[in-house]
Amino acid sequence: MAGFARAERMHRQNSTDLASRILVHVAIIVGAIIFAMPFYWMIRTALMPKYQVFQFPPILWPAELVWSNFRDPFKVFPFGQWFINSGFVAIASATGTALSASVVGFSFARLRFPLRDFLFVVVLATMILPEHVRIIPNYLLFTKLGWVDTYLPLIVPNLMAPAFFVFLMRQFFMTIPKDYDDAAYIDGCNPFSLFWRIHLPLSVAAIGVAIIFQLTFQWNDFLNPLIYLHRVNEYTIAIGLRLFQGQLSNNLQQLMAASLLAILPTIIVFFFAQRYFVQGIVVSGVKG
Amino acid sequence: MTSATSTETQAARSTPQVKPSRRMKQSTREALYGYAMASPWLAGFLLFTLGPMISSSIIGLYDTNFLNKWQWVGLHWYQSVIFDKLVQKALFNTAYFSFATVPLNTILALLIAVLLNQGVRGQSFWRTVYYLPAVVSGVAVALLWSWLYEPRIGLFNTVLRSVGIQGPQWLQSQSWAMPSIIIMALWGAGGAMLIYLAGLRGIPTSLYEAAEIDGASSLRRFFAITLPMLTPTIFFNIVLNVIGSWQVFTQALIMTNGGPNNATLTAVLHLYRTGFQQGSFGYASAQAWLLFMVVLLFVLLALRSASSWVHYERV
Repeated sequence: MAGFARAERMHRQNSTDLASRILVHVAIIVGAIIFAMPFYWMIRTALMPKYQVFQFPPILWPAELVWSNFRDPFKVFPFGQWFINSGFVAIASATGTALSASVVGFSFARLRFPLRDFLFVVVLATMILPEHVRIIPNYLLFTKLGWVDTYLPLIVPNLMAPAFFVFLMRQFFMTIPKDYDDAAYIDGCNPFSLFWRIHLPLSVAAIGVAIIFQLTFQWNDFLNPLIYLHRVNEYTIAIGLRLFQGQLSNNLQQLMAASLLAILPTIIVFFFAQRYFVQGIVVSGVKG
Repeated sequence: MTSATSTETQAARSTPQVKPSRRMKQSTREALYGYAMASPWLAGFLLFTLGPMISSSIIGLYDTNFLNKWQWVGLHWYQSVIFDKLVQKALFNTAYFSFATVPLNTILALLIAVLLNQGVRGQSFWRTVYYLPAVVSGVAVALLWSWLYEPRIGLFNTVLRSVGIQGPQWLQSQSWAMPSIIIMALWGAGGAMLIYLAGLRGIPTSLYEAAEIDGASSLRRFFAITLPMLTPTIFFNIVLNVIGSWQVFTQALIMTNGGPNNATLTAVLHLYRTGFQQGSFGYASAQAWLLFMVVLLFVLLALRSASSWVHYERV
């Protein structure tokens, strides 16, 4: 009897379980559709002939696909050049950041030196420092150095181990067992060769995280290129798109096609390196 | 006797001295390497953070366009910035954005993370769908959303119309422009979601098993276990979110250019205009400092509040 009642109760529990599982799935699917909608609208518009874009009521999908929308912006503006410029800035910044931040992060994680802990608190403090306080004095500095209209203001600060990435790399190095250090010192390594030969090869994943984060940050950066770059041929894609918007605002299908091309590299990088993205988010967010 | 004592003390002194000096030598070497390897950050900090912050406060004492005008005005900018109606408006707008975005973003991210953590099929696929919008950002996304908000033929009002609702004018409406930018910011909730999802996985299942034996309902388990265990992660995320939200700029410039009627004039946009468009860098520096103080105040408030709601596990 008791067993029967229990089975009955379990059966009821299972059916409420099933109901709530269905509810969860429905919520996730509906939410995902909402989150994906803007992408759909972007692709739809990018493939439309111009007259359909402004058609009322709007249609769900273009009757004919106009692939030339992706080609035509290149005829009006140096889009190709802008992609190269953005790529150059992003790759130079990301490489510099990954290298410098890993050297510095190693030093904070593994070497003892006076004031180290105080300096690390300073690193954390600069992490929460709003970027805008530095904009104007840095502009003065870079003007005096004659760096306006070059990529140096966009790249050089990133070669100096930005605080967030120092923090990120330090967190990674902290997880490497101390025994490795002792063994390496006994073998006659100095601290730099310990870093270079032992820690760096073990931190490929962390370096990947730093590179990918900085690649996307720099690719998407708007304010700095806006301030420092004034020659159209030297534009990055972000400010190039703004120029495009200002001059061809009624060519929405081309604007969307160009915007789609502009976000494509970050999406591709994301898909190839999804593991690093997730890992980086986890380390920077959870262990904080 | 005296000499013997002195040699003894000498010996006593010198023996321990040999060892520490060698140890000293090694630790000195390590310290030298430490400083050398930390030097890229140190140099960057002095050159691009500390130096600029000091010079920023000095620039604020001048009326300057950085070209041919450097006129000493003393504390004039610092005084007038406090009473400037437009600066107040910009700070208010940014506060509006921040105080709406941070809680909504946190709740939405938590909700998605908890849903995805219910053992759904194809979790990594759904995770990607929710996270992808957080990967893309900047001008392209601002342009896309301007288009989505188009009142007549944009996505949102088309969808609303299909269910019989007359949608608002979104970016063209003084009261809807800021909410529009806030809704757009929520599209990027996937970033925080990913962090919470990882946090959820870190909660020991033994806690849930114990609660289940005690007969706790699933809602109860969420508020008694899940939420408290996640608070350190939520807290860290909120702090970064607060700082980030006060720097909102790209959307305001691209989508509305601060309008209509300054409804989306944000603090950094106003600062950018004062400095780089009107060439009044002294006043812009004073604004930057005021903004910095405001952000600092909110960050400190968040830090102070932590002890009352952030649950740190005693190990």
